[in-house]
Amino acid sequence: MIEQRCKPILEKYYREDGSIISILQDVQEEFGYIPEEAVFWFSDKLNIPASNFYGVATFYAQFHLRPRGKNLITACCGTACHVKGADAIINRIREELAMPEGEDTTHDQKFTLEEVACVGACSIAPVVIINKKVYGKGTPDKISKILKEF
Amino acid sequence: MQKKRATTGKKTRARKPARAPRKREVRDFTIRVCVGTGGLAAGSNEVIATFCKELEKKGIEIPVDRKCVDNTGCRGFCAKDVLVDIIQGDSLFTYQFVTPKMVPRIVEEHIINGRPVEEWLVGPDYHAFHSKQTKVLLEQCGQIDPEDIDAYIRVRGYEGARKALSLTPFEVIEEVKASGLRGRGGAGFPTGLKWELCSLAKGSPKYIICNADEGDPGAFMDRSIIEGNPHAVIEGMIIGGYAIGANQGYVYIRAEYPLAVKRLRIAIEQARQRGFLGKGIFGSDFDFDINIKEGAGAFICGEETALIASIEGKRGMPRSKPPFPVNKGLWGKPTVINNVETLANLPFIIIKGASWFSSIGSEKSKGTKVFALTGKVKNTGLIEVPMGITLREIIYDIGGGMEKGRKLKAVQTGGPSGGCIPASHIDMPVDYESLAGIGSMMGSGGMVVMDDTTCMVDMAKFFLSFTQRESCGKCVPCRIGTKRMLEILQRITEGRGRSDDIELLIELGTDIRLSSLCGLGQTAPNPVLSTIRFFREEYEAHINKGICPARVCKALRQYVVDIEVCKMCGKCMRVCPSGAITWQKKQPASIDKTKCIKCGACYDACPFNAIL
Ligand SMILES: Cc1cc2nc3c(=O)[nH]c(=O)nc-3n(C[C@H](O)[C@H](O)[C@H](O)COP(=O)(O)O)c2cc1C
Ligand code: FES
Repeated sequence: MIEQRCKPILEKYYREDGSIISILQDVQEEFGYIPEEAVFWFSDKLNIPASNFYGVATFYAQFHLRPRGKNLITACCGTACHVKGADAIINRIREELAMPEGEDTTHDQKFTLEEVACVGACSIAPVVIINKKVYGKGTPDKISKILKEF
Repeated sequence: MQKKRATTGKKTRARKPARAPRKREVRDFTIRVCVGTGGLAAGSNEVIATFCKELEKKGIEIPVDRKCVDNTGCRGFCAKDVLVDIIQGDSLFTYQFVTPKMVPRIVEEHIINGRPVEEWLVGPDYHAFHSKQTKVLLEQCGQIDPEDIDAYIRVRGYEGARKALSLTPFEVIEEVKASGLRGRGGAGFPTGLKWELCSLAKGSPKYIICNADEGDPGAFMDRSIIEGNPHAVIEGMIIGGYAIGANQGYVYIRAEYPLAVKRLRIAIEQARQRGFLGKGIFGSDFDFDINIKEGAGAFICGEETALIASIEGKRGMPRSKPPFPVNKGLWGKPTVINNVETLANLPFIIIKGASWFSSIGSEKSKGTKVFALTGKVKNTGLIEVPMGITLREIIYDIGGGMEKGRKLKAVQTGGPSGGCIPASHIDMPVDYESLAGIGSMMGSGGMVVMDDTTCMVDMAKFFLSFTQRESCGKCVPCRIGTKRMLEILQRITEGRGRSDDIELLIELGTDIRLSSLCGLGQTAPNPVLSTIRFFREEYEAHINKGICPARVCKALRQYVVDIEVCKMCGKCMRVCPSGAITWQKKQPASIDKTKCIKCGACYDACPFNAIL
């Protein structure tokens, strides 16, 4: 199972040096997160210690070692969004999803909330991205309404 | 998305005979819709689809050499999206805030009857926003189709690269040196000099890297340039690669910018097909190709040595310099790292010449600079201005003044490495030296405007918590020092500040600045130090009086009803989540402090500003 899904990734990268990041990116694309089995599988095939993979995976914000919710909410808390009230929006999202601070995925695995610094759409701040769709000029009430659609 | 649009366009033409019994004349017009990140968020895809549908319904045919709707990159004014241009001959009309619902009327009145819908056209502020700028790099963004190499070639694209290849590498470097171009990635190092150092360095192969990591939260210039005109960046890399003798280039780009990555991929592929990249480019004997490396979400990877570690597939941790990357860079080989905007300037310098470039700007800062103007200003967006322009011109002429007529308090530049410029310095020229002189920096070009509702202590805390989170942890001053500073700021904003905290922050900040390993730590204290320098009284108000003058710091807020102003509507009571507000008809409301959770809902809800 793991073998089947990882093999194409291996074939893409085994010739290149320094491809740990690219491999992890593709693994995450395939599985939605980075499963332990996949790390050990690659470690074995490439003869690179698993710790190197984990070193990289834990360094970069993009990688997740646990499964994520079905819907991904990316709330921007970059400067422009902060100045325009991103905090209130994030609080409202947590309220709506009944998700206390410190957690990022709802118990039913329906939503994952991710806070990032700037998605590059600052002129329509504050910005929330849900499943790759960008919602600009948000307010807490607007967000509540949008979330109800899911 | 691109594909879908193309087929819709074809369908319009293919189905026309069957579907459109009324024969209509073929009109010579172009509809341009912005499809940058801002445009897409505002729904430009839906607008495009509606235009296609509506045109088909009316049986209007568009000349075959035109797409149904040309797609363009960001023109910088995302606050007014969706923006639609309708061009007929020499006349151009621009509509703002377009929604699918508005499309039928635009088609009917403007395209069919030739009468533009006046009330939906952009106003004078749109024109002022653009006319006060000096557009060099952004000239083509929003005007040409970024996914079509021919559109770029039509505006003299790749002429600069061709010309550079007809010169010697030495001549190219001399030209760039003479232009006075300095790096747009933050530090402002002279680009020509960097290239010269690398070309003289021993070792091969050599590499050129385009730094498109754009980590400053609140900046999106590089994203917009790549989304709007990716070929200009590729051309700049070809010129640089040729000058230093590199055959391989890399673009290190944030994975958070999917659209930019996609456009860059398309552009590189098209350039390869034309023989502009690959073996013997432009029929010369010079080989050059470009690979894309996607970053994985770490601010520190914008720092050059960390970026190199990341491309090599390692944890993105910086190392001390020297040796500099021009001597020992990627895989230990001589490497030039340049910012996106720096590279995009190069085709212009080569085509128009160094003296043209150096005629723009101030004495030591040449050319134009692109800023991401955001925050509490009316017109937010991407702007390009000559170096040396004053903040006043930027905020009031281009930005249209402050939002809601509020008072300007400060402008933040340089992001988490920069500082705040107080309103009293608004006539200061914006260039590398002046900004550094005031304890801020040019940075990559984020410019956040703040008014009296922004708390400066909170702002300093915001930036510091960012750098603290992004610190790679390698060196002690940065890893632990910023943490301690953050704790102090935390307690100040919670009303637990101590009388010597300001001095302690200054001392810590100065030490961290001097002793950190890389640029991240060396600049991390800047936002704190600069706000202390110009807004010390706000810190003192928090510490000594327990109040936050801008009413931002939650723990310091106290809500009371101003009985004189209260119109007894009861709105506040209905929004209060904790039942702290009591109100009866014809009686002013009152807030029970013991139950109040300071959420601010009543403050926001009150239509009469009666809650203080
Ligand atoms: C913490 C840190 C973050 C940086 N982030 C960026 C960035 O996002 N983009 C960029 O072009 N340069 C960034 N730089 C500057 C680069 O290290 C480097 O100076 C620059 O890319 C050189 O290109 P230039 O000479 O064209 O400006 C950063 C520097 C530091 C210390
Ligand atoms: S700060 Fe939120 S998009 Fe830039």
